Amino acid sequence: MAEEVKLMKGNEAIAHAAIRYGCDGYFGYPITPQSEVMETLMDEAPWETTGMVVLQAESEVAAINMVYGGAACGKAVMTSSSSPGVSLKQEGISYMAGAELPGLIVNIMRGGPGLGTIQPSQADYFQTTKGGGHGDYRLITLAPASVQEMADFVKLGFDLSFKYCNPAMILSDGIIGQMMEKVVLPDYQPRRSEEQIRKDCPWSTLGKPESRGRNVITSLELDSAEMEKNNIRFQKKYKEIEENEIRYEEINCENPEYLIVAFGSSARICQKVMEIAASEGVKVGLLRPITLWPYPYKAIHDLGVKVKGILCMELNAGQMIEDVRLAVECKVPVVHYGRLGGIVPDPSEVWEAMKAKLDIKTSHSDKTTAETGDSIDPDQLKEVISNLNKMVP
Amino acid sequence: MKEEIIIAGFGGQGVLSMGKILAYSGLMEEKEVSWMPSYGPEQRGGTANVTVILSDDQISSPILNEFDVAVVLNQPSLDKFESKIKKGGVLIFDGYGINQLPTRKDIRVFRVNAMDAAIELNNSKAFNMIILGGLLKIKPMVKLENVVAGLKKSLPERHHKLIPMNEQAIKKGMEIIEEISI
Repeated sequence: MAEEVKLMKGNEAIAHAAIRYGCDGYFGYPITPQSEVMETLMDEAPWETTGMVVLQAESEVAAINMVYGGAACGKAVMTSSSSPGVSLKQEGISYMAGAELPGLIVNIMRGGPGLGTIQPSQADYFQTTKGGGHGDYRLITLAPASVQEMADFVKLGFDLSFKYCNPAMILSDGIIGQMMEKVVLPDYQPRRSEEQIRKDCPWSTLGKPESRGRNVITSLELDSAEMEKNNIRFQKKYKEIEENEIRYEEINCENPEYLIVAFGSSARICQKVMEIAASEGVKVGLLRPITLWPYPYKAIHDLGVKVKGILCMELNAGQMIEDVRLAVECKVPVVHYGRLGGIVPDPSEVWEAMKAKLDIKTSHSDKTTAETGDSIDPDQLKEVISNLNKMVP
Repeated sequence: MKEEIIIAGFGGQGVLSMGKILAYSGLMEEKEVSWMPSYGPEQRGGTANVTVILSDDQISSPILNEFDVAVVLNQPSLDKFESKIKKGGVLIFDGYGINQLPTRKDIRVFRVNAMDAAIELNNSKAFNMIILGGLLKIKPMVKLENVVAGLKKSLPERHHKLIPMNEQAIKKGMEIIEEISI
């Protein structure tokens, strides 16, 4: 049967993909720009078809703890929110990591800090990849760059989180969440039976049979020697994930002169930047990390050390750039460009900034501005770059 | 084929839904499509805009700074997007919403008196479809039959009875769009 191509928002794709995955429960609390996830689930009413539970919790904190509870029973459960709400969930995420529970968390990022703005941002990169909650833990992080990937990464996120008994996050933003694109939804797969869960997740708290002792799900271990053993086990698992689960995409990366490293919506904008660069005779490649943790350090290193310079473009004041610099061990210049507070730069603005920051000379450098009248004000761009330079080390 | 379009106006004019219908029509023709709304704290009376891209090839950035076509339905939108039309591109405006005409001479400018036509059709809700008709006359990027198919796909069944009226409005827009010399 031919797969049906649909047109929908990224947020809607997440909801449909969750039902089709055989997700057992969604627990959420509304917040712009991700409210369509729960709205779509409520419209679809999967409790009448697959038996999936959809619940609007009383808060984000309640929602993540419902995920903890569901996951403890071996169920495939998820929550979604946007930046301020995801901050509230951090304690629960840390507890899930400590109790080695699977589960999917979706963050459709908006500008912060605090309540910030409702417009797109990628300023939660640090929070997601470097901790967020307390303790030595890691969060498997997937960064979709299209509505199709929003749908696909629901399954990937759940699969990885169950494979490693670790929470996973889809880290996206208001652009991919709100935009509509073509998508082919994954096939329906049934929710796992309780018998299947007992088999797949022998640790789950589904009731104690005579044949074994009781299962206890907790992140608490008061005996330091035991806790250290737990920590060592976690670290071993994280190392295994780093060895096996790195994902990235290289576009136009056969001997590029310059490289852009960008994830999610920024990578989409930078694909257009590459096209503009090519029209001015400069070969720019794009490396798009798909997993933000584990991070593709080696791929960036191997490609990065061969180019004249690297632009790290992200909708924040310079977060992933630290990992790009680590990857190339500061052997090549790595510069940052990004707008803040929910402002999204357009591709020619990024290209002008890239040329200015990496001192790229082209034969017709002023093409874009000359041809389109005043679409970019060079003085304004200089001011933006100078302000950002003051902030980014 | 690739058309990069911005549709802009007041919230409540049907800007987003017009873009959605265009995107669905593109889907019917098996084109690549993207629909990127401005989703700020818009409300009736505020400004709203949507970027729609229809293309034979994969679409890179859904965010653009220059457009093949700008459809502007009020003065602030004209002021904002006139300079962002590619040289040789198309500007379409509603005569009712604009009091200062565009000034660029390197683009083609068209007027659709959609508000007047909607009143004539006795259906103010047909406004955005009349505009869409005008757009499709100048840029026949999708066939009318596919717009109808797109409407069927995007509207819930209980609204399908409104499709003939929408088709009529599109045809009206095709009739009344006129080129303006600046």
